[in-house]
Amino acid sequence: MTPGLAARLAGQKHIATPRRETPFHPRLKELSETNDWYTWAGCKAPHSIFDTELEYFCIRSQAALFDISPMMKYRITGPDAERYLNRLTLRDVRKLAVGRVQYTAWCDDHGHVLDDGTLFRLDADDFRLCCQERHLPWLLDSAIGFSVTVEEETEVIAGLALQGPTSFSILQAAGFAGVDALKPFQLARFPHEDAEVTISRTGFTGDLGYELFVPVGKALSLWDRLWTAGRLHGLKAIGYDALNRARIEAGFIVANADFVTAEGALRTDRGRMPDEIGLDWLVDTEKPFFNGRDAILRARERRTLKHILVGLEIEGNIPAEHAIVYHRGKREVGLVTAAIWSPLAKRNIAIASLERPFGERIADDLCVEIYAMRELQYRKLMKRAKIVPRPFVRLDRRTFTPPGRF
Amino acid sequence: MTSFDVIIIGGGHNGLTAATLLGKSGRKVLLLEAAGNVGGALHGYEFHPGFRAGGLAHIVNRLDPDVAKLIGLQAELPEILPTVALSETGMPAVLRGAYGERTDGVTAAEAVRFSELREKLLFQAGILKRFLKRRPPEIGAVTAGDMAAFASAGWNMIRRGREEGRDFLRMLLMNVADVADEYLTDDRLKGLIAFDATLGIHLGPRSPTSLLGLHYRLTGEAGGAAGAQFMPRGGVSALAAAFEKAAVSAGVTIRTGTSVTRILADRGETKGIALASGEEISAPVVVSAIHPQMTFLTLVDAAELSTGFLRAVKNIRSKGNVARLDLALERVPEFSGVLPEDHRGRLVIARSIDHVENAFNPAKYGEFSEDPVMEITVPSLADPSLAPAGAATLSALVQFAPYQLGEGWEAGKPRFQKVVLDVLERHAPGIGKFVLGSSLMTPADIEACYHMSGGHWHHGELQTDQLLVNRPVNAACRYSTPLKGLYLASAGSHPGGGISGLPGFLAAQSILAGERR
Amino acid sequence: MGSRMKRYDVVMIGGGHNGLVAACYLQRAGLDVVVLEKNDWVGGAATSRELTPGFTYSNCSYVCSLFRPEIMRDLELPEHGLQVVAYEGGAVFTRDGDYLASYRDHDSHRREFARWSKRDAEAYDRYARDVTRQCRFIQPLLMRTAPDPFSFRPRDISELIHLARKFGEFTPSQIAQTLRFWTMSISDFLDEYFETDVIKAYLALSGIIGTALGPMSPGTAYVLLHHYMGEVDGSVGAWGYARGGMGAVSRALASSFQAWGGTIRIGADVEKVLTRNGEAAGVVLCGGEEVLGKLVVSNADVKRTFLKLVDEQDLPDTFLHRVRHFKMRGSSGKLNIALDSLPEFPALPAGSSCIRGDLHFTDSVERMERAYDDWKAGRWSADPFVDMVIPTQLDPTMAPPGKHFMSCFVQYCPPKVEGRDWTDADRDAFAETVISQIAEYSPGFRERIVHMEVRTPREIEEEVGLTEGNIFQGELTFDQLLFNRPVPGYAQYRSPVKGLYLCGSSTHPGGGVMGAPGRNAAAEILRDLRLGTKHMSQAHDVI
Repeated sequence: MTPGLAARLAGQKHIATPRRETPFHPRLKELSETNDWYTWAGCKAPHSIFDTELEYFCIRSQAALFDISPMMKYRITGPDAERYLNRLTLRDVRKLAVGRVQYTAWCDDHGHVLDDGTLFRLDADDFRLCCQERHLPWLLDSAIGFSVTVEEETEVIAGLALQGPTSFSILQAAGFAGVDALKPFQLARFPHEDAEVTISRTGFTGDLGYELFVPVGKALSLWDRLWTAGRLHGLKAIGYDALNRARIEAGFIVANADFVTAEGALRTDRGRMPDEIGLDWLVDTEKPFFNGRDAILRARERRTLKHILVGLEIEGNIPAEHAIVYHRGKREVGLVTAAIWSPLAKRNIAIASLERPFGERIADDLCVEIYAMRELQYRKLMKRAKIVPRPFVRLDRRTFTPPGRF
Repeated sequence: MTSFDVIIIGGGHNGLTAATLLGKSGRKVLLLEAAGNVGGALHGYEFHPGFRAGGLAHIVNRLDPDVAKLIGLQAELPEILPTVALSETGMPAVLRGAYGERTDGVTAAEAVRFSELREKLLFQAGILKRFLKRRPPEIGAVTAGDMAAFASAGWNMIRRGREEGRDFLRMLLMNVADVADEYLTDDRLKGLIAFDATLGIHLGPRSPTSLLGLHYRLTGEAGGAAGAQFMPRGGVSALAAAFEKAAVSAGVTIRTGTSVTRILADRGETKGIALASGEEISAPVVVSAIHPQMTFLTLVDAAELSTGFLRAVKNIRSKGNVARLDLALERVPEFSGVLPEDHRGRLVIARSIDHVENAFNPAKYGEFSEDPVMEITVPSLADPSLAPAGAATLSALVQFAPYQLGEGWEAGKPRFQKVVLDVLERHAPGIGKFVLGSSLMTPADIEACYHMSGGHWHHGELQTDQLLVNRPVNAACRYSTPLKGLYLASAGSHPGGGISGLPGFLAAQSILAGERR
Repeated sequence: MGSRMKRYDVVMIGGGHNGLVAACYLQRAGLDVVVLEKNDWVGGAATSRELTPGFTYSNCSYVCSLFRPEIMRDLELPEHGLQVVAYEGGAVFTRDGDYLASYRDHDSHRREFARWSKRDAEAYDRYARDVTRQCRFIQPLLMRTAPDPFSFRPRDISELIHLARKFGEFTPSQIAQTLRFWTMSISDFLDEYFETDVIKAYLALSGIIGTALGPMSPGTAYVLLHHYMGEVDGSVGAWGYARGGMGAVSRALASSFQAWGGTIRIGADVEKVLTRNGEAAGVVLCGGEEVLGKLVVSNADVKRTFLKLVDEQDLPDTFLHRVRHFKMRGSSGKLNIALDSLPEFPALPAGSSCIRGDLHFTDSVERMERAYDDWKAGRWSADPFVDMVIPTQLDPTMAPPGKHFMSCFVQYCPPKVEGRDWTDADRDAFAETVISQIAEYSPGFRERIVHMEVRTPREIEEEVGLTEGNIFQGELTFDQLLFNRPVPGYAQYRSPVKGLYLCGSSTHPGGGVMGAPGRNAAAEILRDLRLGTKHMSQAHDVI
């Protein structure tokens, strides 16, 4: 349905702000020392706030506040919501209890991953799906034959990630009583002013942490509530660059960085099946039919999977981002999609996409070719690489319930 | 729960063909038909006390010879009926024999031109024909058989001379109007082929690719003569009886008045069907001989199909353009200038290319033609049982009448009926006085009566982008579907509609060949 | 005269942009080329003309983006003065007082579409990706000679294999989708992605510009591709203005040609192609002068060339039959307007960038199709589709300070009015139809008009020489594409007359200021002369 004339005329103003500002932007702008912004889903988002290095250590040693409002959020409601999502996504949604969160992914008919994300079961017939890319047409077309309503709520719900060892203490200090009972991937609703905030024990850092969702009108007051409570717990606002380091350590992948999404791929060979990007564990073959099922099972049966995603540990300390991976120093077998020197593990780590059978049956004799630009000269380095399990860093505090007070 | 080897949904001629073939192979076959009797579009109905309509199809021009043999239709050459291109002002032009082997009522020079064009088109249709009687190739896994078909098509072209081959590739996707203008001068003949190319298709003669509709018609045959048309003894309904008899003698169990409400499936595999009564019948193979959109959008649980597939199914264009008028007449009608015996043939009202084009224009916007084009038969001449002695029935396929009329068919129908009767009156003066009763079926009525989505007798537009590997959609173009064990066999599948039986025939062959997907 | 008469290596009939491109390449290969142009200026349909003091009109083609960068580079057009001023976006005005704008910035574009439909705004990305995928397949074919499927020459066979291989790079479902795309109408194609009328109307326009087809005609999805070919690796369908008007393209080409020693003769109207023993030997000009050449290349369209300039007896019957039935029906007209001030469009917010781009008034596919119905009936559209640009906002060289030049491309406009020739009264009535449409959205528009040039197919044929005023030198329907363009068996720029070649848009890959037909023709000629083509860039790889 086309919106009415009045709504459309009011919308014409969008051109005055070619980059949308998130509900937390006033606070971020105030705090920003580096003034270093990028565009995330059409929103102005910080690369860094004051110093990426220090911001990273806030995640691991204190607490960090990261604005996740630009993340796409879809609300799926209705009597068929569970059946609908079960057909849509790879995991069994019937097993997702009310008040729980599932990390999941979904595919097109050819079994190529459209995106990964988190699915929140707010109620029996009420779900929220959060992800990186836009999927409204796909989600609406998936609703053919189901009694569900799909609504995008990205611009009406603000989101914050509160991550780091002291995050629990901050929530307690902020007065969110009962938050201690939250187990990983569990959510609960808490009063905030005259509204509600949904807090889930989830995150993208591999650390103890929470994600908070609140109507945009209450965004700033929520920020302030946390900020005040966090003063004594080392709370800092951070940008994406620091978060990205933490997520690599945690071994998480990012759509259109570590793999190309099926709808984004222009070139025919870029689509990836779950098994090709380390998401094979999400595929539930026992559950009812879901999008991509046949193609995935057929590829497994016929052994036609072409790629595999692996964690690499690379000798030395020079990050190997976008380096080519070789076997026996000669044969190109893949590409590093993300890499950092891990400050926590004190290791040079990387996520790489390899062509099978490398990374699958052949795991030895790998090396990466790093071009390190130093004062306008490339140092070409051939460094040995070893396949290691992800996450690269495993922190007990992430799962401990009730969480420790740090 | 009772169980069968194969369940066929829909007792139209394609469902019956598939059932017969599968029954003959020794499989235990159950055929379910929602209506009170089988035969689908061949089945007649009483539209006025004492007067019956023969069926949605009112002439036969593409019954496949193997299907004819399957249902035991006698091999002897049927009588080929003429096509008469009526003229409002002068004498009609008549095509005699198989699509005008001889022409009457045109100048000698025009007759030569027509026969040149006819020969060219028949040659081109002959190239295409081999692809109509095979499953569309599987892209990426083209078989030796597919290659052989391509090679033989290529060889045929070359053998005929390079220029014929070049003309084939040039003309294949042309519009019929430009071809008609290139070869003919007589408006009646041009109007006729423009009409024949677009009948039942949402294209005007000036729409690119419209020539393909004529090619399609010329791939049909009767008694071995390409482009011929005939009326079976006893009329079209007799054909329905033959199809039914063949199925029964092949051991097929037929249940009429039985509506299927669900195709049962689990994790992408067909398990059987559920009836409106709640009864469930199991079978590893279900063949749907009804419209693909009805199959996937109403019978199969969306949770058993993937999003992209359903999206494609939803995008199938299947909005009919043809209305069907049946008249109960006090006596046999007389069309101006038409010989009495030619009334047994097909009478076409399409004065010129522009007449057809202008009739098409309103259909694009949900309006009906104020000056429609049509083809007319007098079914009671072939099957006297349709009307009381001395009286007659007239059947007209009229286009263009859109499925969704802007003003709504309730208001539009009486107006449209008057428009059609006025046209008939101009060509058969006085006919209005003999009308005892009438029935006008719009595409919306056809949908309701024959369970065809959009009232489209091809079960989906027969246009280039919905042919071969894209009919009805790519993922189901080889009769098997993404749902294991579910097959399609209606006109919505390759090669398309008309009374050919080929979709049913090829679907059954696929199943017999053992390919499950 | 006789033996002392100069004999050129190549005589080029017509100095349109394709003629000049071919001439440049041939001259650079060391041949002595003369370009014969009937008008007093070169450029054909790519011209700038001062028809009223102080105003430069791009009076036929008006935007520039299809021109192949490889050709620009080879012929050093920037060094010869060509500047392309990029412009972004545009807008369709809707009858309810709103508009739909388009922007280069992805997010602005999405948010603009989202005002109309959130779903369509996102569907656009999938649409753009699917269309870009097709463009990536087609684009490399533009600069290759179409293979003849019936010649069985090794080169044709290897080209066919190359094509099949390229096609095979698609996945099976993409192949099936491609087969659909090529034969669909733009309207049906858009229906599969979008739900909003104005969005579909905005996108459909590229499927009909320059063609004698409506948006509901099968094959128009392919035409869309033809217009989207501009920049495959950039954003889909970006356009630019040539600074100084489209004549700047031709001036740069002429300058490049002359810098290498080529000869241009203006006011030289060719009457006949001379043949000796069935081979082309030069041309005869109106007035009787003969210009001799070893080869003759015609930039004129296929009908004009073979039905007017060549003796029928030199041509085979089948060939003649096919040329006669080659379709090049004019479908568009043009209003070039000098304005004493910038028109106002109250619907647009102040300062909107849209006004510098393409402006349209057709807000539904149905209106577009109805406009086509008028054309089919032999009338100009009562509610025409207008593509309007005001390039002087970005290129002040084209008008006196504060004043503006406006180009209005109008569809549909038939080559004949209800079967008879155009009269001046028809032309004026046609102009009035367009002006009143613009005035509905721009109060006071009439009063700003200083001068106006109205071009119906009649004027286009008279001045530019395009038969029936068809701007693509032949419709872009399947029967006239690739190895069928212009005539099956003669789609490789050669003709039945030895030594006579075609290089205009009647040949593959067709119309638009692209230069590819001229370049490809030059390559074939050099191949026949066994001269190298090292100075010609191959099409850039699409990776």
